[in-house]
Amino acid sequence: MPSGDQIVRVQNLHKYFGSLHVLRGVDLDVSQGEAVMIVGRSGSGKTTLLRCINFLEEPTAGSVVVDGLEVDADPLHSRSSEHREQIRQIRLRAGMLFQEFNLFPHMTVLQNLIVAPMRVRNLPRDEAVELAERYLVKVGLLDKRDEHPARLSGGQKQRAAIARALCMEPKVLMFDEPTSALDPELIGEVLKVMEDLAHEGTTMIVVTHEMHFAREAADRVVFMDVGQIVEQGPPEQILNAPQDERTKQFLRRFLESGGTRAD
Amino acid sequence: MAVLGALGRLSTNPFINGLASLYVSLVRGTPLIVQIYFIYFALPSLGIILPALPAGIFALGFNYGAYLTEIFRAGIQAVPAGQREAGSALGMPDRLVMLRVVLPQATRIVTPAIGNEFIAMIKDSALVSIIGVREVLWNAETAGRPRNNTIEAFIIAALIYWVLTIIFSLFQERLERRMARSDR
Repeated sequence: MPSGDQIVRVQNLHKYFGSLHVLRGVDLDVSQGEAVMIVGRSGSGKTTLLRCINFLEEPTAGSVVVDGLEVDADPLHSRSSEHREQIRQIRLRAGMLFQEFNLFPHMTVLQNLIVAPMRVRNLPRDEAVELAERYLVKVGLLDKRDEHPARLSGGQKQRAAIARALCMEPKVLMFDEPTSALDPELIGEVLKVMEDLAHEGTTMIVVTHEMHFAREAADRVVFMDVGQIVEQGPPEQILNAPQDERTKQFLRRFLESGGTRAD
Repeated sequence: MAVLGALGRLSTNPFINGLASLYVSLVRGTPLIVQIYFIYFALPSLGIILPALPAGIFALGFNYGAYLTEIFRAGIQAVPAGQREAGSALGMPDRLVMLRVVLPQATRIVTPAIGNEFIAMIKDSALVSIIGVREVLWNAETAGRPRNNTIEAFIIAALIYWVLTIIFSLFQERLERRMARSDR
């Protein structure tokens, strides 16, 4: 039941890779305008959760609702055309950013941004270009409009990828460790764009190791361990006064390592 | 033909996949000269009569299609999975992802290998002279024989093949340079 401002609702999501139980019954609600940051150790299921929400991985059981559209896990019929179309509709509502950016190398930045709006949303070219330029301005890359991705730095690539996702005007943006593949000096520019988006009320779910960023930009921090959500709440509560032993241990180890990243 | 073959080899549909695999296995497992003979001399007994030139073109196309199928399959698989995921995540249907994202990149990857195959095919076109297609070698033989100029005739034939492949190589080099532009 979409309550009006509930954008994402994940219900009892399970995922097995072979006999490995990676997600063990995850429930997660995300409201309109909320920025949710998911933290946890490597292998805790954070990334898999994100990939299951837009069905890049077919969940083994459970259901996902994005903007009122509910899709149930259906691993036995994952290739059926009806299920594929439902998944495509979910993906139109939930944009995704990747650790490796995944810009299309054979297209210019502008072509990267307009291909899906034109071919999927059927926008006329001039409208798609206008939209693309607006978002390029937003991420500060209008001067790179006609470059190929190979000419961009990692930070610029990720910002271009963010603009590309925004051009589809999704209801929620999902970031899968968007700064993990970046040189340290390039992380800031990407986080800045994300922080701006969060403050403007973009609904987002971010898997991150950047605790400072989570503290600054998150409305809610979710801590995951062995495929379950252990603890969640406002950043100051989870990051400063965690209740669960595993969260405490994770943050302790993170502080000991001294960096801004925990792994 | 090769792109279709490659998509067939990568298809999850067992019938399409089986058909494409049979094609590749059959063609690569038999000599080209046997295929040429079969198409020109054996097919007519099944009621399919092809004149020499179409038979020769068909034989070469059928044969090289199988090799190119394997090259395209490898090229498609060499495109990183993240590219496909990025396309899907933008809501592109699978066909659009293949057409706009995967195939253009696969084509770039396989261009050098395809160039090799084309050069080999130019030279293998000499084989169809045995069924009387008037190509370079056939002309050399018929021109040289009556006047006892076989040495000159065959040297000219060899030069013609050489020049053809050089021209093709130059063309290919330019193509590769053009496609590499986006890497700089």
